Amino acid sequence: MLKRVIPVLLIHQGLLYKGRQFKELKYVGDPINAVKIFNKKEVDEIAVIDIDASKSGSEPNYKQIREIAGEAFMPMSYGGGIKNITQVQKVIDQGVEKVILSSVALTNLNFVTETAKKIGSSSTVVCLDVKKKLFGGYDVYIINATKKLNVNFENLIRDIETAGAGEIIINSIDRDGTMEGYDLNLLKKVNSSVNIPVVALGGAGKTEDLKAALETGASAAAAGSMFVFHGVHRAVLITYPKIEVLEEFI
Amino acid sequence: MIAILDFGVGNVISIHKMLKYLGIQSAITHDVNEIDHASHIILPGIGSFDVCMSKLKSAEFYPQLNRWILDEKKWILGICAGMQMLLEGSDEGEMPGLGWIAGRVHRFDFNNKEVRPRVPHMGWNYVHPSKSDILLQGLEKPKFYFTHSYYCLPSDPDQASSFTDYGFRFVSSVHKGNIFGVQFHPEKSHKYGMKLFENFHNLIQHA
Repeated sequence: MLKRVIPVLLIHQGLLYKGRQFKELKYVGDPINAVKIFNKKEVDEIAVIDIDASKSGSEPNYKQIREIAGEAFMPMSYGGGIKNITQVQKVIDQGVEKVILSSVALTNLNFVTETAKKIGSSSTVVCLDVKKKLFGGYDVYIINATKKLNVNFENLIRDIETAGAGEIIINSIDRDGTMEGYDLNLLKKVNSSVNIPVVALGGAGKTEDLKAALETGASAAAAGSMFVFHGVHRAVLITYPKIEVLEEFI
Repeated sequence: MIAILDFGVGNVISIHKMLKYLGIQSAITHDVNEIDHASHIILPGIGSFDVCMSKLKSAEFYPQLNRWILDEKKWILGICAGMQMLLEGSDEGEMPGLGWIAGRVHRFDFNNKEVRPRVPHMGWNYVHPSKSDILLQGLEKPKFYFTHSYYCLPSDPDQASSFTDYGFRFVSSVHKGNIFGVQFHPEKSHKYGMKLFENFHNLIQHA
């Protein structure tokens, strides 16, 4: 199986935005247009996350998910606001390959098990937003990094695997939007703790960062800012590394 | 015109969009009259074998399928479970398949094996064309997106048109006359899928 490089598209009020450490949201463009560009760039996979749906408690926007999935000539995962198994099935029915569970699943791992039973482990992805503790170790946050969970990080990732998740996205809140590189120690720790594919997220700014993340054992390197911003002033420009460059390390 | 069979399974929207992008005329349809006028048919499929087969059998156009494919020799491309349905049956279900290609669908079983890849096989993988391949022509190092737990084993090895390595070498596409099947998802494999659809569409010129 080939390793993957995944652009992450954040949806806020129906449009694409990207922030830094979960703040300072900046308008990036129209999701359909972005997907069309990523089609041309032959992207391995895209992840679409609605950042309003989990905060406001609203239903996923099925119509928009269907439009984006129909436009995507590559596999797509969707996350945001998925709270029960009916919603999981409805999201899959829109033509999405995988669902990304987060806030609700992390407080109730049975939901992960239930989802894996319904749509299969390989379509069940769990995303963790983690933050470095002051004196070592990591905390896990939910609801757009606003609420800290009272759990042991390493136990939790093992429990997620046991619960039946087919893939785990590890997002570093500290690195989010900084474009200064992934938290490689965090990735190494996760890769040595679980056997399911690990997707690195948070901090990628250049292709060397993607390479470094994959070298920790991660199956995929995902990024937001790197694929939508250009230069120090963060000018909006949708990009993706050239296939020839990626083929050297995937 | 390519008729994308609409019987409630498969990612028909992406197939339609990709063909449209390529400038190939297609319709998502279950209308007998419309399919009658098509030169090519795409048989999509996602999900379990019996669910796909029973939905196909309850489609209004189902009784016409043998006429279209076996008598009129319309070109047909089965995708994923749509490929599996071309065979005689599957380990996944009880129902017989369409039986146009001799052979059965088997479950990936890596128990008692040294290398045990995870099932389902999900992600990008290389596809190695065999001599009988037509659809992958013009592609360098073709790779496609897969998501499946079962694989096709045609009785006639000459009908295997490509192979993919996953724990062992399995048949990732089949070809017999006007009948084609691919285990992977061309509609989710950007330029590789586009070329495959183009090759499929261009078959008309050889007819």
